[in-house]
Amino acid sequence: MSVQKVQMEISTAPFLKDVATTPKIMWLVIYTLIPILLVSVYYFGISALLISLTAVLSCVFTEWLFNFSNDPIKTLKDGSAIITGLLLALTLPPGFPLWMVFIGGVVAIGMGKSMWGGLGQNIFNPALLGRAFLQAAFPTAITTWSSPGGSFLSLKGTNTALPFFQGQNIDAFSGATPLAQMKFQHIGTDTLALLMGNTGGSLGETCGLLLILSGIYLLAKKIINWRIPVSILLTVVVISGIFYLIDRQIYPTPLFMLLSGGLLLGTVYMATDLVTSPLTPKGIWIYGVGIGVLVVLIRIWGGLPEGVMYAILLMNAATPLINRYAKIRTYGHLK
Amino acid sequence: MSNQMTYGEGTLTFRHGVHPEEYKELSNHKKIQRIPFVEEYVLPLGQHIGAPSKALVRKGEEVRRGQKIAASVGFVSVALHSPVDGTVTDVGLVDNPKGEMVPGVRIKTDPYSSQQLEERPVDFESLDIKGFITAIQQAGIVGLGGAAFPSHVKFALPEDKSCRYIMLNGCECEPFLTADHRTMLEHAREVIDGILIIQHFLKAQKAFIAVEANKPDAIEALRLHASNNAFPVEVVPLQVKYPQGAEKMMITAILGQEVPTGKLPIDLGVLVVNVGTSKAISDYFRKGIPLFERILTVTGTAINNPANLLVPIGTPMREVINACGGVTDDAARILLGGPMMGAVQKSLDVPVVKGTSGLLVLGNAEIQDFQEYSCIRCGRCLQACPLFLNPARMGLLAKKGLWDDMEDLHVMDCFECGSCSFVCPSGIPLVQSFRVAKGILREKSLRERSLRESKAEGKES
Ligand code: SF4
Ligand code: SF4
Repeated sequence: MSVQKVQMEISTAPFLKDVATTPKIMWLVIYTLIPILLVSVYYFGISALLISLTAVLSCVFTEWLFNFSNDPIKTLKDGSAIITGLLLALTLPPGFPLWMVFIGGVVAIGMGKSMWGGLGQNIFNPALLGRAFLQAAFPTAITTWSSPGGSFLSLKGTNTALPFFQGQNIDAFSGATPLAQMKFQHIGTDTLALLMGNTGGSLGETCGLLLILSGIYLLAKKIINWRIPVSILLTVVVISGIFYLIDRQIYPTPLFMLLSGGLLLGTVYMATDLVTSPLTPKGIWIYGVGIGVLVVLIRIWGGLPEGVMYAILLMNAATPLINRYAKIRTYGHLK
Repeated sequence: MSNQMTYGEGTLTFRHGVHPEEYKELSNHKKIQRIPFVEEYVLPLGQHIGAPSKALVRKGEEVRRGQKIAASVGFVSVALHSPVDGTVTDVGLVDNPKGEMVPGVRIKTDPYSSQQLEERPVDFESLDIKGFITAIQQAGIVGLGGAAFPSHVKFALPEDKSCRYIMLNGCECEPFLTADHRTMLEHAREVIDGILIIQHFLKAQKAFIAVEANKPDAIEALRLHASNNAFPVEVVPLQVKYPQGAEKMMITAILGQEVPTGKLPIDLGVLVVNVGTSKAISDYFRKGIPLFERILTVTGTAINNPANLLVPIGTPMREVINACGGVTDDAARILLGGPMMGAVQKSLDVPVVKGTSGLLVLGNAEIQDFQEYSCIRCGRCLQACPLFLNPARMGLLAKKGLWDDMEDLHVMDCFECGSCSFVCPSGIPLVQSFRVAKGILREKSLRERSLRESKAEGKES
């Protein structure tokens, strides 16, 4: 081809671009959530599937609704609404009424994201905000747990309750999670069960092993910052270790603290939310240690058995402040 | 290629930075070749940083190859020489690589001349430092790494400063470019000789040559020649990472010290010279050849025969591309310089100038447009920025036009390496907006200064 024909667009350097794009990052996270969802379906049957589907549809629908005026397809393509939907579902109990799930999704995207101006603008992790809303609005339903097992097709709890009704509980028993048993009755749970997920709990939090593997994968792909899981988990181990050494009768082992409840799910998928965590290394350490301390304190002294959600939301709220103060020193600006 | 580096070499580097694909294999094995003489040469008078030179020739005048055709104006300015025997056809306006029309000289090549050049060594040992500085200025030598800053200005050390280390920059961290690589490999002797000449005047303790570890053959060649003389010249392989060749990053990698903001390397006792410049200095003093040609890489995924060429300054780009077999059907963009910091060219009448380190033709594959998403605060740009700036925050401020807040975040320190834009998964034009911000802030400070000055004048009268 002759040189004259080359189209000379005006644009400026750099002309090379790294392969990672925001949609690619989001979809990679979605792929890692699929095995977790499958294990959940294995333990909790079709209920897990229905809740996830409802949550994702609700999130995607809300995202579409809020972006109706400006290119909804583009906003959906980045996959972040799907992530929010999946994460919300994974924090819910298997027997949760589907209509409540739907509302949770609307709140997660509507109040957790769109209200702030969409992707990247929000302060709180949308899925956790949706979950917090559900906890406040439906305190009974959200602490009603079903044990794993049963046939695939049998629905758990009150999945099919009609809108605005709580539904009749079939197989549910309140407070049956390992953390609740520990807190209220000082009964421990076998480590193997915690690792494999054969315990009561929300859809995605029970299988510790899979969450650890996902976390390692996301770390290897450099999607999440290593400082976040390291700072949170280390803090939890140290603080709960101190409590454990003080009184072995009352306080659980650090290992139990690590593997039970939503700590791993929250650490790998929610605390690491890029948008709502600090930017600088120093800031991330403050954030992670903050979450770790809050988790242990809420679990041990709070009125609730679980504190991961509030710990992360509180540190989300502190993130703008952390970003302001935990600055990095510019090269050549020596003290 | 033999790789005789010992264990642990090539690990020195700066913090942060990025790893773009290198694309060096397109041209790093190609010997430097002289491009055939072309019909006409176009020489802008301002090819360097500083005042443009003043033309000494008139239309119709015959000139000889290597003859001075424009003189330096003031101290920060250098002379310009004719690259051929020929006739001046015009002294007027010509294109320059910035897309401007600037004063320049056109020379038509004498088709009957053999273009032979007589070697006339300059006896530098009889010169004092002043004479050395004047000689470099008269030889038209500027930094050949791309900035084209007059070299003699660097050698004129301030009274209170001394040069501890001479540091040669042979990092060549921009993807695609291989001109410095080939220069070090094929002209190792001249490169080292340039150091020795500089050392004769500056009396440094030691010289370093910084080379990215992806050029083991060049490292070996340099070491061979460096060991032949008494003055210690250490060849230091550095980690392959962009922007390793940025002056500050190279100094930090070797000395482990940061160059304080607003200061120059010489404040740390370091004098940085590009490897090509070192060779140019040797060529001038040993053979009497002023700077009227340079080595550059013509490469890219959309050029037919990538090459390293010895090109007379003033050769139109069109001719350089033709000498490399033209471009492929896929060609989409032509740049001067590397892909990270180079500039797109609108016209092929633009000539090669002293600061042209490469000519790059990119295909459609490399230039696909990236859709822009919102910042997801992933922090990748922070982990990329070699100056530890906060591009994410500055990018948000730029969108709102909050230039002063950007200044507080040290946007004026940004040297536009483009690492932040390279990594941003949301395709946000970060460095692009910092360029704009810097321009606006610079203008503002100029305005404020002139306002202050006029006020002061008003008070006096
Ligand atoms: S272009 Fe500026 S802000 Fe971006 S990485 Fe380079 S120095 Fe940092
Ligand atoms: S790399 Fe881009 S998306 Fe990530 S924090 Fe920086 S500006 Fe935001």
